[in-house]
Formats: sequence, structure tokens, C-alpha cells
Amino acid sequence: MSIVTVQLGQCGNQIGFEVFDTLFSDSHSSQGLCSKRENEAYRASCKERFFSEEENGVPIARAVLVDMEPKVINQTLSKAARSGRWKYGQHAYFCQKQGSGNNWAYGYSVHGPKHKESILDLIQKEVEKCDSLSGFFIIMSMAGGTGSGIGAFVTQNLQDQYSNSLKMNQIIWPYRTGEVIVQNYNSILTLSHLYRSSDALLVHENDAVHKICAKLMKIRQISFSDMNQVLAHQLGSVFQPTYSAEGSPHYRRNPLDGFKDPALYTSWLKPVDAFNVWKTQRAFSKYEKSATLVSNSQFLVKPLDMIVGKAWNMFASKAYIHQYTKFGIEEEDFLDSFTLLEQVVASYCNL
Amino acid sequence: MTQSVVVQVGQCGNQIGCCFWDLALREHAAVNQKGIYDEAISSFFRNVDTRVAGDGGSISRGKICSLKARAVLIDMEEGVVNEILQGPLRDVFDSKQLITDISGSGNNWAVGHKVFGRLYQEQILEKLRKSAEHCDCLQCFFVIHSMGGGTGSGLGTFLLKVLEDEFPEVYRFVTSVYPSSEDDVITSPYNSILAMKELNEHADCVLPIDNQSLFDIISKIDLVVNSRKLDTTVKPKSLVTSSVGALKKQHKKPFDAMNNIVANLLLNLTSSARFEGSLNMDLNEISMNLVPFPQLHYLVSSLTPLYTLADVNIPPRRLDQMFSDAFSKDYQLIRADPKHNLYLACALMVRGNVQISDLRRNIERLKPSLKFVSWNQEGWKTSLCSVPPVGHSHSLLALANNTCVKPTFMELKGRFMRLYKKKAHLHHYLQVEGMEESCFTEAVSSLSALIQEYNQLEATESVPVPDLPRLSVA
Repeated sequence: MSIVTVQLGQCGNQIGFEVFDTLFSDSHSSQGLCSKRENEAYRASCKERFFSEEENGVPIARAVLVDMEPKVINQTLSKAARSGRWKYGQHAYFCQKQGSGNNWAYGYSVHGPKHKESILDLIQKEVEKCDSLSGFFIIMSMAGGTGSGIGAFVTQNLQDQYSNSLKMNQIIWPYRTGEVIVQNYNSILTLSHLYRSSDALLVHENDAVHKICAKLMKIRQISFSDMNQVLAHQLGSVFQPTYSAEGSPHYRRNPLDGFKDPALYTSWLKPVDAFNVWKTQRAFSKYEKSATLVSNSQFLVKPLDMIVGKAWNMFASKAYIHQYTKFGIEEEDFLDSFTLLEQVVASYCNL
Repeated sequence: MTQSVVVQVGQCGNQIGCCFWDLALREHAAVNQKGIYDEAISSFFRNVDTRVAGDGGSISRGKICSLKARAVLIDMEEGVVNEILQGPLRDVFDSKQLITDISGSGNNWAVGHKVFGRLYQEQILEKLRKSAEHCDCLQCFFVIHSMGGGTGSGLGTFLLKVLEDEFPEVYRFVTSVYPSSEDDVITSPYNSILAMKELNEHADCVLPIDNQSLFDIISKIDLVVNSRKLDTTVKPKSLVTSSVGALKKQHKKPFDAMNNIVANLLLNLTSSARFEGSLNMDLNEISMNLVPFPQLHYLVSSLTPLYTLADVNIPPRRLDQMFSDAFSKDYQLIRADPKHNLYLACALMVRGNVQISDLRRNIERLKPSLKFVSWNQEGWKTSLCSVPPVGHSHSLLALANNTCVKPTFMELKGRFMRLYKKKAHLHHYLQVEGMEESCFTEAVSSLSALIQEYNQLEATESVPVPDLPRLSVA
């Protein structure tokens, strides 16, 4: 069961590289704490999911790289090739010259339709290389123009073209105190569009990852590279091939009981359905033991509410709107997005 | 990657432009050790095989043969352009990309705009089209000129309209040198106000500069350089005013040091588009983020550090000092105090060995002392470029869309009104065909309207307006 990854924009491509690197290192790490046969099975499963084999033995990532300007893609492709251990497909990228100018409207309404065929063709080629496709993993940021705008556009088209496959979007929530001034506009437009076409949105907040680097890892001068590696680490363990199993001797004392507390869950869900445990014998990366928690909870209500609030304030003053209407995103489109997201916030609050 | 074309107009524009090309070559030479013509260089330079006659000589990749600036040089007097063409930079300019005349504009905006505009419109169009044809993907025109004279001010703003009509999709970034209050050209207020109307209407983004601020910065540097502190020596190449390592060996002209500051401004502005980094910022992102309303497109800039001391290990405190300095009124390139006025938006463009955590730490630290407009409380745009400027390990360019430009504009308006009330020197303008008193009154109205916009923003901030209630859904 293979996953095709689409990396969009500077953020998507920088993170994508780290993810593949982590996945590769993990599958080839000599640790294992499990039997040789299990390790082989694990390695094969990982490889199959994310890489395809080439004649000279260097695995090729099942990925399509998209950006509207060339610098980052060039860097990403050469970094992978230089490592000698894995690489990206020679023609698996789509690039333009001008960038999207941090403008969601430019990404979604101009670049998207203009390059739809080329991008979807590249994705199709990757899909054809898979024996069986389990779904798409789309890595993008919300704050800029390419990842956010073209990401939304591509996800929508994947929904139309591959309606039976899962689409999971890895979205990067920007720092609260700005990287991009119009990030709140770009974020609400992205989220409202993804809501209609994506199956799952896996969220990482820059502020949170930054805190991990500072407080837990004690890195003094944190770079985006550090942050992306932490992210890739988390994603890598989420993607580990697993067995759903009960009664493994290692978990006898079952600290997981705490998760079965019904107070954590909504009234219409039984804990046994809401909480799923997947175990794998094979250790992840260099660790002896590790646990990863992926949750769908009210955690995100506060950040979402904050972004909607700030975007609304800015919208009320009409600031920057001319930059969006220039490319076909009108005030009604903004209002539609606000309405949808207020509904999401309300739904989560009413749980 | 995209290309930009520099259009330098008038004496001031060409002198600054010349410094810019000199420092640009120096910067690319420092980065590009192997002499291969790459995309970064192609943003400002063509690679030409000079043995081929005519236009066929462009080489798009491979070794650098001969670099030609993507520039159009315009002056209605020959002196400055001739000097450039006889100086060390003569081979950098394409002789076909020049437009000159002999008589000059007599410090008269009307002559520059109406007379020479009409006379040279076709030629200007032709040269611009040629330079655009040489570009794979032209993104931006950088116009450099002064506001107080006749050619830069009049003809420089005339061509803004030409650019807008002929290349509507290409950005127009204008670097305008405003006259200081002690300016020796008596009619500079007339020229400036008439030019401002054009800037209001046809520029995407304006970076106002004034000579007095540049001069003050130089005085500050001289103080440090000349002081006899034995344990601190300034690295010569790092001076924001220096030409060390460039083709022009020494400051031949008194304005060279000042012009180098402006040249460095333009280099830093475009660095994140030309070179790699962990958070890139392209030129189209500048107006997207910093221009919330089309008319409010005046950006106050500051460059730090002004020099680097020779000690190798820069402690983090020095790095933070760089950020603090960028907000001090002594480092702004125009007389303005953004810290004590209202921010609409702010961009921090960092070069060199600075990481995201350094940037965040300083934003958190400086934010409480700055006033941002209520709908953009966290309005910061940031970029990280890995390549530092020559002679530095890191640097910062801050661009502020801030109401602190208002006093400058009001003062200019004041100087204008003092002359206009007495109708002083007006006949020089009115005798030019196409000029009427209405040109003056319209220009002043345009400026007044702009000042009023800034006033309104400040007014709404002093009286807190309740937030518009959010949409409520069933």
C-alpha cells in the first residue's frame, strides 16, 4: 500500500525532504529490538510505502515537488541526490519562475488552473508506479501563497480525480506573531477550501514545534532545519507500519488505561471505539521505546478561533483586500470561508 | 528566477545607479567564486559574448563572458553619463541603453516631464522594450531618481506612466531622494510636489530617502572610524558606505559614500530573491505584505549594522543590538521616527548567519514598545537569506509602512505653499506647453489627500473602535 507525497512551496519542500530522510534512516537503522525477519518485513513495508526501487538500487521517493520559483526545489533535489542514499525522481518536479507572492488568490486562481494539467500529470505518473495506492500525503503551509493556494487547488482536484483514495494534508500553522502579514487571510481561505476536499488535516504549529526545540531539546539557536527535523521525526513515527494487536507482553502493565477514561471523549462515542492502539515490535529510529499520539480533539479550537478572529478584524478594515480581488477572490469568497470556519469552531465547542 | 531592470534618471539617479552596479558586481563576485553565470547573477546582469555584433551575443548559461547591467540610463545632460562611460564601469553598460541630451532640465519639473517626456517618449519605450526582451521573466523595474531637480523628478516620473501602460504586470519600485530643508535648489518644493502626484498614482512602492539622513549616518560612522579605540577596528569592506573591493577605488565624489548606502539598500532588498535562504522573500511579496491600501505605499527603510567590528565572535547581544538599531530614528534613511508613530506593517529582511529563533526573540522583545494599527497587531513580514552582504556576517533591512512619513510630507507641503502663495518662480513652469496652474493645485490636493489618509488612521487608533461582531452561525 503506497502513499504518494506532494510537497508544495518552500515549507512543503523543506519539510518533505526531512520526512523522507527520516523515513529512510529509520527503515535502515540497524537497531530493531526485534527479530531479523520482523526487521526485514518492516523495512520492506516502509520502502514500499514511500519509495520505489531503481535499477542501481537507490530508492526513489514517491513524491512530486511543486513550487512557483526554482531556488528551493533545486536545493531539495540536490540535497537528496548528494546524500547518495535515496533521491527524488529526476523529473518529478514542477517549477516556475515568479513565485506566488504570498498571495492565496494568485496561487489558487492563477497558478492553479494554469498549471493544473502539468501538476496532475506528474502525480498520475507517481500513482501509476504504485502497485496499490492507499492515498496522498500533501505537505503545505497555510501562511504563504503557493503551499496554501496551490495546495488547496491540488487537493480539490485530487478529490475529483481520485475520489476513492484518502487525502491527508500536513498543514503548517504559522507563528502567531507573523511570518507573513496576510497569513490569517491565507490560512482561512486554505482551511475552508481544504475542509471540503481533504479527508484529514494533520496540523503542526510553528509555535509548538519551536517550543519543543527550545524547552525539550534545548537547542540554543533554532533554525528551520531543526524544526523540520522534529516535525519529520513525529511524522515518521506516525507512518510506521504497525500491527494492531492485543496482549503483547511488553504492555502488560498497561499505562494506556488512562486513555480509556470516558471523560475524555464525547458522549456519542464509546472509549473503545474512539481510542485505537497500534503496536509494533520494531523500534523506531534510535529509540528503544516510543509512543505517538494523534488526536482529533478540541485542542485546535483556540488557535483556529484566534486566526479567524484576527482575519475578521483585518477584513473589517478592508486592508489588503485589493491584492486578492485583483486575482478573482472577492469579498463573498472571504465571507464564505468565515462562515464555514465559524461553523467548525461552533461544532467543536458544542461537543 | 526573475529579472529586474534598473532605470536611473537624472544626475542623482545615475550617480546612485553607478554605485549600485559597482557594489552588485562586488557582491556577486564574492558569492560566485567559479565564474559561472547563474540565476542569481542573471537577475541583474546579462551574459554577453562581446565578439558577436548586434544583439545575438546573449549567453544564457556557462562561464561568465562579459556582464552587462540590465539598466537604462537617462539624463538630459551628458556630464554624468559620460563620466560613467569613461570610468571603470564603462564595460558594464550597454551603450545602446542610454538616452541623453545636452541642455538639461534647468531644475524644472515641467521641462523634464512635458518637454523631454514628449520628445523622448518613443526612444524611452524602445529602450525599455529592448531591456524587457532580454529578460526571461521580468518582475520589477527599479527607478532611481531625485525629487528636487528637473530631469529625475520630471522625466523620471513621466516614465512611470509609460511603464504602467506598457508593462502593467511588472512592479514599479521607486527609490526617491527627497530634498532636505536646506536644499540649494529653490524650486525643489515645486518639483517634489509635482512629482509626488505621479508617485501616488503610478508607483507600486516608494522608498523615500533624504540626503540629510544619509549625511548624518556618515557622520556617525566617521566618528567611530576616527576614534582611537585600540581594541576595536572596523573592517573596511563592511562599511555600508565603502567601495572597498569594488571597481571604483576611492570616493572620488563627495556623494559616493551616501550613494553607497542607497546602493546597499537595493542590494539587501533583493537579496532574498536572488540568493537562497530558509525563508525566502520575493519582490512581489514586498508590496503584497506592506501595502494594505494602494495609496499608502511609502516605505521607510533602515539598514543595520553600519559597519562590522573586527572581532570574530559576535555575541548574541550584538545581534540583538542590530535589531534594536533598526528601529532607532538615527538609522532611518529618511528623517522619520517610526518607533513613536503608528505602524501599518513592518518587514524584517535578515541576511547571514541568523536563525528563526533569533528573529522571533527580537520580535517578541521589540513588539511591546511599538504601536501597530489595530487590525494588524502582529503585522510582521520576515525573511532569512543565508548569504550575508560583503564584509558582514549578518545584516538587517527593516521596511516600515508607518505614519512617520506624514511630518516629512507636511513639511514639504509647507515649503511648497510658502513659494506658491507668492507665485514665486511660477512663470518658469507655466511657460512650458501643457502646464497650467491646475497642475499645481491638483498636485497639492493629491498630497493633502494622502496626508489625510494617514491622519485618519491615527485618529481611529486613538479612539478604540469596538471590533466588528463575528458571524454567528446556527
